Amino acid sequence: MPDATVGLTVNGQATKFHGEPDTPLLWALREERGLTGTKFGCGISACGACTVHVDGVPTRSCSVPISDVAGKSITTIEGLKSPDGTLHAVQQAWIDAQVPQCGYCQSGQIMAAVALIKQTGKPSDAQIDEAMTNICRCGTYPRVREAILAATGQAAKAGDA
Amino acid sequence: MGMKRRAFLIGGAVIVGGGIFAIKWADGSARTAAMASTTKPGEASFNAWMKIAADDTVTLYSPHIDFGQGSHTGLAQMLAEELDADWAKIKIEQAPAEPGFANAVLMRFFAGGMSGFPKVAAAMPESLITMMARNMPLQITGGSSALRATGQHGFRTLGAAARQALIAEAAEKLSVPVGELTTSASKVIHAKSGKTLRYGELATGAANRSLDDEPTLKAAKDYKHIGKSPARLDIPAKVDGTAQYGIDVKLPEMRVATLVMAPVRDGKLTSVDEKPALAIKGVEKVIKLDDAVVVVAQGYWPALKGIQALAPKFTDGGHSALSTSSVFAAQDKLNAEGAPLVAGDGGKLHTASYKVPFLHQAMMEPFAMTAHFKDGKLNVWGGMQDPLSTRGQLAKAAGIEFEDVTFHSMIMGGGFGRRFPDYCQIIPQIAQIAKQCPYPVKLIWSREQEVQHGAYRPQVAARLQASLGKEGKIAAFSSDYAQKTGAGAEAEVPYKIPNFEARHHVYISNQVDAFWRSVNASQHGFFNESFMDELATLAGKDPYQFRRDHLEAGSRHLAVLDDVAKRAGWGTPLPKGTGRGIALVESFGTIVAQVIEASVKDDGTPIVHKVFSTVDCGTTVHPRNAEAQIQGGIIMGLSSAIGEEITLEKGAVVQSNFGDYPILKMADSPKLIDIKFIESGASMGGLGEPGVPPAAPALANALFAATGKRIKQLPIKAQAKV
Repeated sequence: MPDATVGLTVNGQATKFHGEPDTPLLWALREERGLTGTKFGCGISACGACTVHVDGVPTRSCSVPISDVAGKSITTIEGLKSPDGTLHAVQQAWIDAQVPQCGYCQSGQIMAAVALIKQTGKPSDAQIDEAMTNICRCGTYPRVREAILAATGQAAKAGDA
Repeated sequence: MGMKRRAFLIGGAVIVGGGIFAIKWADGSARTAAMASTTKPGEASFNAWMKIAADDTVTLYSPHIDFGQGSHTGLAQMLAEELDADWAKIKIEQAPAEPGFANAVLMRFFAGGMSGFPKVAAAMPESLITMMARNMPLQITGGSSALRATGQHGFRTLGAAARQALIAEAAEKLSVPVGELTTSASKVIHAKSGKTLRYGELATGAANRSLDDEPTLKAAKDYKHIGKSPARLDIPAKVDGTAQYGIDVKLPEMRVATLVMAPVRDGKLTSVDEKPALAIKGVEKVIKLDDAVVVVAQGYWPALKGIQALAPKFTDGGHSALSTSSVFAAQDKLNAEGAPLVAGDGGKLHTASYKVPFLHQAMMEPFAMTAHFKDGKLNVWGGMQDPLSTRGQLAKAAGIEFEDVTFHSMIMGGGFGRRFPDYCQIIPQIAQIAKQCPYPVKLIWSREQEVQHGAYRPQVAARLQASLGKEGKIAAFSSDYAQKTGAGAEAEVPYKIPNFEARHHVYISNQVDAFWRSVNASQHGFFNESFMDELATLAGKDPYQFRRDHLEAGSRHLAVLDDVAKRAGWGTPLPKGTGRGIALVESFGTIVAQVIEASVKDDGTPIVHKVFSTVDCGTTVHPRNAEAQIQGGIIMGLSSAIGEEITLEKGAVVQSNFGDYPILKMADSPKLIDIKFIESGASMGGLGEPGVPPAAPALANALFAATGKRIKQLPIKAQAKV
């Protein structure tokens, strides 16, 4: 099978991937592009650690071959900051609520939350439950919820105890 | 400390021996090497674990890994407290995997039964303790021990001793009496003259002074740092994708490998045709190990495809008859051989059997280690709960000297007990792979391999017996349980019972009995606190009152239990179908009570609505982080109780990924987790683990209250279906 050359946009920049066409987007991003903020957790779309946005839609990149995303626009955790380095409001809310423990799942959690907030504006508890299906073994769910609510003006901003 | 033994350390040489703190640095060569490896010109090192730079920056080297439990921040707070340091100028780094950074404080703590420093451990010669820590070699993160052992007995002492030395140095420079000097925010102040000297100006001279082995520590009322919740310094890199975990290592010319291991533990590789893997584009090499086949490729994807193309043959290690039910049957038999309980007071004997499955830690980062073997030297990158011991094991596996191995500690995507080097097969694997490759290799385990070849919380069966005596109080209580190693005090109960006995029966399967967050307290907490509920029902008493009846008036346990019951509104009405359960477990020196409100969903599985938890760990160093640890512990405890199990068929693990090993998600996590800490000031307990054990029994007891169904085997799944 010849190498595929797949053209797509990653974090605003046009780029080409040269691997086998069945290579999951996750591994193309991590190994070919060095974007290691997107994590490998299970390889079967179960845990969400690999969540990125494909044309704005939260997508589990471990199960999408690069041939399926030709011409599309990908955003990873590294692409959330403003060009001047300012954190996305959701990233800042994550720091304010001191969400991460081991942190491994948090790129995926943040990408899922950003998409949810973009879609719903002010997500309800039920909408958070439905959209936030990423696994966190450290058990940061209460603070993930707190950060989403705070980022959307639905709760007092978390501060130092 | 009761004993007034003092030791002084001058430039690495012990003048007078016998104390806890100073002598652990007595072995001059390792310590000098440690100091030399971390200290740059203009910096002054205090016992290797801390250095002060001319610009006042204080850097401390933590012998504990921080994988999100926040211990680095906590240790820094404890040091800053006694040093009177400016928090903005404190930096925390991971101690290198060098013998000079072995954790002798923790060694002594473990030797003393993890409860502080009882006489037996305090009386051990320091040189012996230090030697033990270095030879083990010990740099463990586990046992919920960082703050209560290393912090309380190491960093606070170091901070206080260094502060005294800084004051002494200032007194000499200013020609004033020590008694006229005070400290604040990294400065020594002479109020009379208005003169101040920065720590950075005093550090070099102070570091050459003798460090007091038993400096006076601050009283709680004077704390400025302990009890505050400064932002954790590791978090920004965990929200923008820049944090580098073991799996993220990238080196020039690096290849990526993955593997398949013998499905049955102890099984060996008999044959494999390598050709189908080598035919896959990007695959470079197939390596045969004793019990596994490894494919080395240009990336993880071709390596995985290479593995999937192979049909290796393995032996079953002689375990083909082993299954989950055969393990339980063997354990039940052992328990039945336990001595019958003598029913005190002539009461009726009540017996119950409880069972828990093997559990997988499910750290979110699949195992990954990277190694490069070149010119007889091995460099390895990864995350382990004991870097120093990892280095030793790498050397052993590679057949080279300890000195020829460098281990680079990376951030860990979870651990929960999984990353203790003793049972991390990936350590010998990466050492053997590296020796066969001219380039660096990163070995990544698939999730399937990690689920099936884990080091699990043991599968355990227990037989509990008790008799009720006068006024419905327990006259005798015994627990017979079968697992590989004894649970010690973790099998005991916090209650006053005239005749209590926990009897361990040795049962060994082909699986490793490993650590899993809260270790033995997780299963024995479930057994004992579920059985207490049964006994309350037998006695015709309210479960909360029944527990109260067996606790001493004025005790910390009673205060914790009463507080949680009060805050949870124990005894107030609940919606139909919802029940309330209570549990009290002490583990790792911390007393935790929980009240859970739960009901049963249409599919028969439980749903937890509210969790109230009261915790007495003596003192909380970082309350916000302490809360996070208990929250996380509760969720992990509930997750495992509701749905997790590793089962065996023909000696092999049945489950393979998160599809059949379900982890609790946001939607099924309690909407309310209300945690309160009682600052009793008692001897400090741990926090990483003690939140876990009460969760399973509190939930099972709530389901009994809701449905009348008593859960005697985990996971609960749909057992409470009505």
